[in-house]
Amino acid sequence: MNQTPTPPDRHDNDHWLVRPATIRKLWIGLGIVLALTVLAQALVPIKGYFGADDWFGFAALFGFGSCVAMVVIAKLLGVVVKRDERYYDD
Amino acid sequence: MIDWLPPGLILLAGAVLVPLTRGWLRTAVVLGAPLVTLWAIWQLPDGVSLTAPFLKYEIELIEASAVRRLFATIFAIMSFVGGLYAFRQARSYELAAALAYAAGAVGVCFAGDLITLFLFWELMAIFSTVIVWCGGTERSRAAGIRYAIMHLLGGVILKVGIEGVVIHTGSIQLQPMLATNFDTWMILIGILINAAAPPISAWLADAYPESSPTGSVFLSAFTTKTAVLALILLFPGEPVLVGVGLYMIFYGIIYALLENDARRILAYSIVNQVGFMVCAVGIGTQTALNGAAAHAFAHIIYKALLFMSAGVVIYRTGLSKCSDLGGLFRTMPITTVCGIIGALAISSFPLTSGFTTKTLISEAAIGESLALVYFLLTAASAGVFLHAGIKFPWFVFFQKDSGLRPKDAPWNMTAAMLLFATLCILMGVFPQPFYALLPYPVDFDAYQPAKILFYLQLLLFSGLAFFLLLPWMQRTLTISLDTDWLWRVLFLRVAAWILQGGSTAGQVLVSAVGDRLAALQQWTGRHWGRDGVFARSWPIGTTALWIAILLSTYVLIYYR
Repeated sequence: MNQTPTPPDRHDNDHWLVRPATIRKLWIGLGIVLALTVLAQALVPIKGYFGADDWFGFAALFGFGSCVAMVVIAKLLGVVVKRDERYYDD
Repeated sequence: MIDWLPPGLILLAGAVLVPLTRGWLRTAVVLGAPLVTLWAIWQLPDGVSLTAPFLKYEIELIEASAVRRLFATIFAIMSFVGGLYAFRQARSYELAAALAYAAGAVGVCFAGDLITLFLFWELMAIFSTVIVWCGGTERSRAAGIRYAIMHLLGGVILKVGIEGVVIHTGSIQLQPMLATNFDTWMILIGILINAAAPPISAWLADAYPESSPTGSVFLSAFTTKTAVLALILLFPGEPVLVGVGLYMIFYGIIYALLENDARRILAYSIVNQVGFMVCAVGIGTQTALNGAAAHAFAHIIYKALLFMSAGVVIYRTGLSKCSDLGGLFRTMPITTVCGIIGALAISSFPLTSGFTTKTLISEAAIGESLALVYFLLTAASAGVFLHAGIKFPWFVFFQKDSGLRPKDAPWNMTAAMLLFATLCILMGVFPQPFYALLPYPVDFDAYQPAKILFYLQLLLFSGLAFFLLLPWMQRTLTISLDTDWLWRVLFLRVAAWILQGGSTAGQVLVSAVGDRLAALQQWTGRHWGRDGVFARSWPIGTTALWIAILLSTYVLIYYR
């Protein structure tokens, strides 16, 4: 019987870590870990030193917000200071 | 029986012996000199133990204390592990320069007075320049010259300050001071130049990435950290350092985010990390100074580890740009794991050395009720994870498949990386033996559940931000201008504009200066030229006659 060969998944030969299935699992895993670290605050109260830092999920929000702010600032500064890498050679 | 040997001298002797030896003997010198130095460091008694007369001063070549010993210890460990990393790949003159550079750093650690400090400070400047030049490329030659100019300038400023203090106080003692007058400001600026503080932080990211893959490992360790020690000894509690440190912290993060070159990312990250230490010295309490010293110790280890992993990549592929790299984890598992451990440590992830040392600095800010400083340090901790903790390993080892399949590190480089990776984790898991080495007693537990949870939230959500913003982080073939643009481009353009007489003002200036120069040249030629009055040959008798006349006149005037 003539069987049509199934086309091989182009990711099959790649390293398992970079296959889409693994990456999807990693994202799910990350999501669970992130949720757990915030929810754990219900069991382990975080002591605040300056008011806001004992809010529920403060560190999570502060870390995320600071990083977004820094990337945006870098992006804006980049408009002014970025040059072609041969700038000083020319 | 000698109770102790000057530790710096042992490294210096090693530096002299390296070019004179070959094969296993050279290896023994490269690895043995730092180990003997480490032994010697721990034989030194506290207080001054070696003095020497210099001009009219009694300089104190060796003065030991807990904080000095701590810095010297990590410098010796760094020389040993750096030597292990480099001895099969680096050229002998680079290894010799590295040992001499380390000798300067250890010398600074034990300098009991300002003159000795300055001597070893300059020794470091000279041999670190040699290491930059060992990069062997046209770019490293030019970067080395810029580096040397900057450090010689820093040395002159430091010297002016030292001279001022010595003249105005009569003391060469190395003792705590505040920047209150011209002299002390000059000393502070001289030291801050070596710490890569603003506005001239650019020298670091300009020079270090141009050195060889092995050279940058040594460069990452000594210059900036001796500056931190000098600040601890001379300017504890100097308020201006808090602001300077915070600026360095955010400057390092922002520029590292913009950068494409793997080693330049790590170089900016040095400025960022030294910023934490400078800020801590500015806070100036015992906890803060403990934090600065501890963080310097831990930083040398994980930063060298990061430079080692980047060095292996460059050694194997010849490439250092993130845009050319990626996917190397497939064939370089050890280098990848070691790079990740270094990246986690620099991000102060729990169970790594960064966590047990950087939290001391935050604790100091809490202790002094410095709310703004505390929140900025916390935001910066998130930023460190962003630029060094994830960005560096992600773009170098993962990201995309660049198609490169290089071999993993040679055995000696692997051994060096594994040693430092182990230390990063040991110091993170068992911090107490390390805390015992700090200058002041430590009553601090980094592993309170609430603190661990706080940092996990902070860092993991920073990681989320990185991957969500990844499209904005894709690397471009660009560099970022810094203040060094002023002297690398603007000054040259202005000079060229004036010299080309590009304007009436320029022409007037050029002609005025030119006329004066021409007149000066004529006058000089008339008097000192071929037939000038000062260039003529005179008969010896005439000379004797003139001397006799002058002496007689002098005697007559004297006896009147």
